[in-house]
Amino acid sequence: MVDKKTVEYVAGLARIEVSEEQKQFLESQLSNILSYIDKLKKLDVEGVEPLRGLHLERNVLRNDEVKPSTAKEEILENAPSRQERYFKIPKVLE
Amino acid sequence: MDELLSLSAVEISKRIADGSLNKEKVYSFFKERIKKSNPSLNAFVQIYDAPPAASGISSLSGAPIAIKDNICIRGKKITCASKILSSHASVYDATVVEHLKQAGLQIIGTANMDEFAFGSSTENSCYGPSRNPWDTTRVPGGSSGGSAAAVAARLVPLALGSDTGGSIRQPASLCGVVGMKPTYGRVSRYGLVAFGSSLDQIGPITTNFTDCAHLLNIICGPDSNDSTAAASGTPDFTEYLRDDIKGLTIGIPAEYYGEGLNSEVASAVKKVIEYFKEKGAKVADISLPHTEYAIATYYIIGSCEASSNLQRFDGVRYGLRAACSSLSELYMRSRQEGFGDEAKRRIFLGTYSLSSGYYDAYYLRALRARQLIKQDFDKAFNAVDVILTPTSPTVAFKIGERNMDPLSMYLSDIYTISSNLAGVPAVSFPCGSSSAGLPIGAQLIAKEFDEATLIRLGFCFQCGTDYHKRIPKIV
Repeated sequence: MVDKKTVEYVAGLARIEVSEEQKQFLESQLSNILSYIDKLKKLDVEGVEPLRGLHLERNVLRNDEVKPSTAKEEILENAPSRQERYFKIPKVLE
Repeated sequence: MDELLSLSAVEISKRIADGSLNKEKVYSFFKERIKKSNPSLNAFVQIYDAPPAASGISSLSGAPIAIKDNICIRGKKITCASKILSSHASVYDATVVEHLKQAGLQIIGTANMDEFAFGSSTENSCYGPSRNPWDTTRVPGGSSGGSAAAVAARLVPLALGSDTGGSIRQPASLCGVVGMKPTYGRVSRYGLVAFGSSLDQIGPITTNFTDCAHLLNIICGPDSNDSTAAASGTPDFTEYLRDDIKGLTIGIPAEYYGEGLNSEVASAVKKVIEYFKEKGAKVADISLPHTEYAIATYYIIGSCEASSNLQRFDGVRYGLRAACSSLSELYMRSRQEGFGDEAKRRIFLGTYSLSSGYYDAYYLRALRARQLIKQDFDKAFNAVDVILTPTSPTVAFKIGERNMDPLSMYLSDIYTISSNLAGVPAVSFPCGSSSAGLPIGAQLIAKEFDEATLIRLGFCFQCGTDYHKRIPKIV
C-alpha cells in the first residue's frame, strides 16, 4: 500500500527527515494501519453531510477592545536563536 | 498525617479552612510522598518546591493538584513529554489554570504523559513510561497515565488530564480512579497544547465523584479566548451528589459487550447494571451500529488534526533546534530529532490522509462516518438518559506488551473513542478488581452538556460500594 517513495514524499510534505531504517519501519507500520482504516471503504456514506466539528452552528463574536498582550521579550526568551528583537534563522537569500 | 490519604480533596480543603490542617503542611506532606514514590512510578515530570501563587477561596482551596504536562502554567516548563519542547517555559496560564488559581488550589507539579498525548500507555513519553501503582510491571494507561497513577497512589488528591480519544478515561480505568471527559466545549481549551482540536477536552481525575463535581464547578465555563467553549451556563454539579437515580433509563449497547471484551471486565460491568437496577433505574438494550468504524474514523481525523497542529513545532520560534546550515535542514532535522516515533507516525498518517489525491478517500470519508457515529448517539439518547459500557476491554497490560504494534495499541481505545467523535460527556469509575487484583472501570456516557447525570449515577454507585476507597500499596 505505502511504498518507500510515498514515505519519502510524505516526509517532504511533513518536513521530517527520515533515515533508511525509519523509512522501512514507517512503510510497514503505515501500510498496516491503513489496511485497518480501509474498513471505512465498506461503509456507505453516500449523501451523508460531513461533520466538520461540533457546535459550529453559532458565530462567536467579542467586542473589539485593545487589551495588553504578552511582552515580546518574554516570548523571545524561548527562542532557540535570536538577535535583538528578532528570531534568527540560517540565511535564506544569497 | 497519613490520614490525609483517605480524605477526599473536599475534606482536606474543609479542614484547612477550619484550621485543623495547615495548608503548607498539607503541601509538603504530598510533595514528600511524591518525591519518595516517583522513582518507582515516574508519574511526575516536574515537582514544584512551592505552588504558584493562588489566593482565592473555594470548596477545594488548599487542595494540591497535579496538571498534565500539556497544559500551560505561566513561568513553568511545559514539555508535553516531548524532546521538542523539553526546555520551553509557558508565557501564559491556561484558562483552567487561571480558574484553579482563583479557586485557591495548590498546583504541586506536572504529570507524565504520552508525547503530545499520542498513546494509551504513557510509554511514548521522552521521560520513560509511568508505572501502574497496582503493579509496577504494568502500564497506567494513557495518555494521561501520570495523572491517573498519581491520584490512584494518593500522591495527590486531584489531577487534570486531557482526553482526545479516551486519554482521561482509559488510564482512570486501568488505575482505579474517576476520570471524566466533559462535553466538547464545556471546558476551555485555551492553554492546552492542541492535538485534535475538534476532539480535545480537559477534565478532572479524582478518587471519587464528590471531588469530581467540585473540580468541574471550578474548571467549566465560557472563555473569550476559546470560541468553542460553550456560552451555556454551568450548573452547580454538587447539587447532583445525591443517592437517588429513580426514573433514569440506562442503555446497554450490544456493540460494547462483544468479541475482545475480557470476561472479568464483562462480569464486573454487569454487576454495575444490577446495582443500578436495584437502586431503581430502568435498563434498556440499545444499538450504536457504527461503533466498529469509530477507531478508523478517529485515527484519520485525529491524525489529520494532529499533523496540522504540530506544524508549529519547526525549530524557529521555540523548542528544539537541530544543528543545521539551511532553513530547510532546520525544519527537517529539528522535527526528526524532536519528535518521537508515535508522533512521527501520526504526523505521517495525517499528512498522507490530507495530501492531494487522498483527501476525499480518507479525511472527507471519515468526516461523513463521524456524522453517522454522532447520529447513533442522538438516536440512542431519544430512548435512554445514559449509556453504560466497559471503559477498556482489558485490565492494565504489561509495559512493552503493545508498544511495538501501534495498531494493537490503538484498539485499546475501542470503547472510549466514540464519545470524542460525538462530543458527548463520559466518565470512567472503578467498579471491580480482576483476580490478579487489578482495577476494572465502567464507563457512563450522557448526552451533550449532561455531566450532571453522570455525577448522579457515579455518586449513587459509590454510596453503596468501596472500590473507590481501595489504595494500592506502594513502595
